[in-house]
Amino acid sequence: MQRNAAAPLLEVEDLHTQFHTARGIVRAVEGVSFTVDRGEVVAIVGESGSGKSVTALSIMRLLPRLTGKIPKGRVTFDGRSLLDLDDEQMREIRGRDISMIFQEPMTSLNPILTIGLQIKEPLLIHLGMTEQEAQARAVELLQLVGITDPERRLDQYPHQFSGGMRQRVMIAIGLACNPKLIIADEPTTALDVTIQAQILELMKNLSRKLNIALIIITHNLGVVARYADRVIVMYAARVAEQGPSDAVFHRPRHPYSMGLLRSVPRLDRPRGSKLETIEGLPPNLADQTSACRFAPRCPFRIAVCDQEPPLFKTDTGSLARCHRHEEIAAGTITWSAAGGAGLNFAANTTAPVLSVKDLTKSFTVAGGLRSNRGLVRAVQDVSFDIYPGETLGLVGESGCGKTTVGRLILRLEEPTGGEIHFEGVNLSTASPAQLKAMRRKVQVIFQDPYSSLNPRMTVGQIIGEPLHVYKIVDGRKQANERVASLLENVGLRPEMAERYPHQLSGGQRQRVGIARALAMEPSFIVCDEAVSALDVSIQGQIINLLEDLQRKFKLAYLFIAHDLAVVRHISARVVVMYFGRIMEVADRDVIYGGALHPYTKALLDAAPVPDPTIEKEREPRLIKGELPSHLAPPSGCVFNTRCPLASQECREIVPPLEEKRPGHFAACIKV
Amino acid sequence: MLRYTINRVLLMIPTLLGVAVLVFFMLRVVPGDIVEIKLRGDGGSVTQETIDMERKRLGLDRPLIVQFGTWMTDMARLDFGKSMWTERPVVTEIAGRLELSLQVAIMATVIAVLLAIPMGTLAALYRGTWIDYTVRLLTIGGLSIPSFWFGMLIMLTLLSLFNWLPPITFTPIYVDPWANLTQLIWPAMAVGYRYCAVVARMIRSSLLEVMNEDYIRTARAKGVYEKLVVSRHALRNALLPAITVIGLEFTFLIGGLVVTEQVFNLNGIGQLFVQSISRNDFTLIQGMVMLIAAFYVFVNLAIDLLYAVFDPRIRYNS
Repeated sequence: MQRNAAAPLLEVEDLHTQFHTARGIVRAVEGVSFTVDRGEVVAIVGESGSGKSVTALSIMRLLPRLTGKIPKGRVTFDGRSLLDLDDEQMREIRGRDISMIFQEPMTSLNPILTIGLQIKEPLLIHLGMTEQEAQARAVELLQLVGITDPERRLDQYPHQFSGGMRQRVMIAIGLACNPKLIIADEPTTALDVTIQAQILELMKNLSRKLNIALIIITHNLGVVARYADRVIVMYAARVAEQGPSDAVFHRPRHPYSMGLLRSVPRLDRPRGSKLETIEGLPPNLADQTSACRFAPRCPFRIAVCDQEPPLFKTDTGSLARCHRHEEIAAGTITWSAAGGAGLNFAANTTAPVLSVKDLTKSFTVAGGLRSNRGLVRAVQDVSFDIYPGETLGLVGESGCGKTTVGRLILRLEEPTGGEIHFEGVNLSTASPAQLKAMRRKVQVIFQDPYSSLNPRMTVGQIIGEPLHVYKIVDGRKQANERVASLLENVGLRPEMAERYPHQLSGGQRQRVGIARALAMEPSFIVCDEAVSALDVSIQGQIINLLEDLQRKFKLAYLFIAHDLAVVRHISARVVVMYFGRIMEVADRDVIYGGALHPYTKALLDAAPVPDPTIEKEREPRLIKGELPSHLAPPSGCVFNTRCPLASQECREIVPPLEEKRPGHFAACIKV
Repeated sequence: MLRYTINRVLLMIPTLLGVAVLVFFMLRVVPGDIVEIKLRGDGGSVTQETIDMERKRLGLDRPLIVQFGTWMTDMARLDFGKSMWTERPVVTEIAGRLELSLQVAIMATVIAVLLAIPMGTLAALYRGTWIDYTVRLLTIGGLSIPSFWFGMLIMLTLLSLFNWLPPITFTPIYVDPWANLTQLIWPAMAVGYRYCAVVARMIRSSLLEVMNEDYIRTARAKGVYEKLVVSRHALRNALLPAITVIGLEFTFLIGGLVVTEQVFNLNGIGQLFVQSISRNDFTLIQGMVMLIAAFYVFVNLAIDLLYAVFDPRIRYNS
C-alpha cells in the first residue's frame, strides 16, 4: 500500500453509476471526477436526481445489490482502489476509514437496539476493543458531540432521543473509529434551522480538530456557503461546475450554477420583484442524449450546445461544463431576469378577509395507561388579521403550532377557544349555509405533492371534482373547459388533464394542487409548506406562480413555512411563532431588518446565507438547547429555556404581545 | 409493566363476561333439546313425564335468567358444572382432551417456527433466485392445501412406504414419550405445514421491508459484518410482526382442529366440541367456549407483553 502525503485523500475519476430497472437503464452518475484532500470540506450540491447521493453511495459501495452497477470509473482512497476491493476488504474500510452520516436521523438508527450498542459496534468490529474499552470510548464520543449524561443515555433507545440528538448520535458513530473521511448526505435537511446550525457547527469543529475530510451533500446553498472549501455542482448525473466556493458563488461560470444562485430567495439581499427561475424540468436520466444536459433549460443555448461540452478550465480556477464559459466570464452574456412586475400590496384600509382572535387549541393526551392525562397547548392566544390580496407569512420551527393554526382556520380542527372571522362572519356561530360558502372560499395547498393527490384519479378529475360538488359549472363540457383554463392558469398544458399524478413531476403535482384550490374561486388560500418539498429551481417557479395568481385573482394567502428566506420573499407581513405562541409580528422588512424578539433574532442568525464571504466572516451565535417538551411546558415565557436574555422574571411572567413600535408587535419583556 | 399487566388482566373480566352472555343465550336459541336427544335419541319411547323429570333434574325447567345466574356464580367459584350427558365434571372432560390438543399445538408451533425462520430469511435474502422461488412454492402449497388432506397424504405415505400407521390410542408423554411422539408428530406436521407457510411468508415480506430501512444502510456503512447486519439489525425487527401471527395461529390450533383430529383419530378438543354440540350438551359447550375465549385473551396479552420485551419503543408504563 503506497501512501503519498501529497496525493489527495480521495480521488474519484470518471465514475459511472447505473441502475438497471424494469423501465431500462437509469444513468444516475456519468463521468464524475473530483478529489478531496485531507481535512478538506467539499460540498456536492444539486437538486434531487442529480446524482449527488448516488455518487456518495458508489464511493461507499452501498448501492442496491441487484440494481446498482458501476460499469466504469476509479475511486482511489488513501492509495487503494476501492472498486477493486472484495466485499470483506470494503467492509473493513466502511466505518473505519470512511464513515457516512445520513439524512433521516429518525430512521437511520435501529429502533430496537440501544444507542450504546450502535455506537460500540464499529469499535468492537474494527478496532477490536474490549467491551470496557468500547464503553469508555462511547461515553467519550457522546461527550464530544455534546450529549449530556452519556453513561445513562448509552442504555437508551433511539426513540428516547429528539431528531437533533439522534443526528448527534449518528455523528458520534461516524467519528467512532477516527475516520479519515466523513460523507454527510443531507445531514441537516430534516432538522429545524436552529438545530441545523448546532449540528453543522459541531461537524465543522470536529472535522477541523480531528483533521477529518468532510463531503457534505446538500441542496441548501446557504449550508454550502457557510462550511465548504470547495463546491461541486451536479446537474443531471454530471458535474456542471466545480471549484473553490468563493469562485462558484461569486463568479459562477456555468448557467445552471448562475440560475441556481438566482432562483433562491435570499435573506442577505433586498427582496427582488420576482424570483429569477430556471424554466422547465430536469431531464429523464433513462433517456440518452449527446447534447448538453442543461441545454433545454438554458437561456444561453446556441447551436454548439447539441454537443456535450467537456469540463473547461475557467478563469476563476474552477471547472465548468459549458461551451460559453468564456463569454460568461467576459460578461457578454448575462442571465436575464424573467420579467414581471412586483407585488402590489393592498392597503390595509379595507376590512380584513380573515381575522383570528385569541385562537387556542389544546389536545389531551393520555400518558400511557396511567391516569396522568396531559394537556398539550398546541396553539395559545394567537391573533392576526389578513387583508384581501395580502400574504401573511407564518414562520416557526416544527412543533410551534403553525400547521395547527392553518388547520383551525380550515375548520379541520375545532378550536378550544378564540374566534375566527371570515369576511366578517364568526365561524363558530355561523349557520351551515354560511359555513358551506366559507369552505368554498377558503382553500388549501399542502406540502406534500406526492400524497395529497388521489393516485387513482386523473388530473382532470381531481381539479373537476370540486366544480361538480359545488355546482360551479353546468354540465360536463363546461367543466372540461374550466379545467383546461385552470391548468393554463397554473402553467400546465390542457392535455395534462388526462394524466395520473404518478406521471407528473413534483413541481407539476404542486401546480395541480394549486389548480384544484383555484377551481373553487377562493378569496383566501392557506399554503401549508407549499414549496418546502420542491427543489430550488422548481420552488422558484411555484413561488412566482403563487404571486402571479395572487395579483390576478386578488387572493389572500396565509403562507406557512419554516424557510425564512422564502417567507421573506413572498410575505407582506410576518408572524413568528414558537411553542404555540406568537413571538413577533411586523411588516416583512421590519422583521428582517430589525427584529426585536430574541427568538426571531436567533432564527435569522441560524439560517445560513448563500454567500461564502458573508458566512465566513460572521460568527454564528447559536441558540442552545432544544424545544421543551409539550407535556412539561416552561413557566413564564415559553422561550426562557433557550433565551440568551432570560432572567428570573422571564420564568414568572408570560409576556403579552405588545406593540413595541407602530405596527411591530413582540412578546418579550426585555425589549 | 406490572401495572399494565394487571390492568389488562382486569380488562379480561368484562371481555369474558360478554362471551359468557353470548354463548349462554345463543345456545338457548338453537333448536334441539339435550333431554330429547338423550332419552329419545335411539328411538326408544319415553313418556313426557320422564322427560320432564330429567329436565327438572338438570335444572333446565328454571327461568333462563336463574339458570344463567347459577352458572355465573358457580363459575366464580371455578365450578364449571357437570356435563349434561356424561354427568362427569366439565373440567375432567376437557382436561383429558386439552392435554392432547395442547401438545399438538405446541409441537406444530415448534416445527413451524423452526422451519419458518430459516425459510423466510433465506427467501428474503436471496430474493428472485431459485431459493426464493422454492420457498414461495412450498409456502403457497402450505396455504392452499387443507391440513386434513395433507394429513391423509402423510398417512397414506406411511402406510404404503413403511406399511405402518401411528398408534391410535393416546399415550401421555410422561407415560411413554416414544409412543406419544410417534402418534402426535404426524398431526403436528400436518397442521404445522400450513402454520409454517403463514409464518415464513410473514417473515419473508417483513424482512424484505426491513432490509430496505435506513438503519440497515447505516449498519452497512459502519462496516458491520453482513451476517450481523441480518441477524442483529434486520431479523430482530422483522420477527416482531411474526409474533402476532404465531400467537393467533397457536390459539386457533387449540380448538380449530376438528377435521384433522378426525383424520388422525385423535380425541382432542375439536372432537369434543363436535360431540357436545351434536348432543346439545349446554354445560360442556359453555365450558369449552369459555376455555377457548380465556385462552385467546391470554395469548393476546402474552403477545403484547412479548412485543414490549422485543421492541423498546413499546413501553406500557412510564
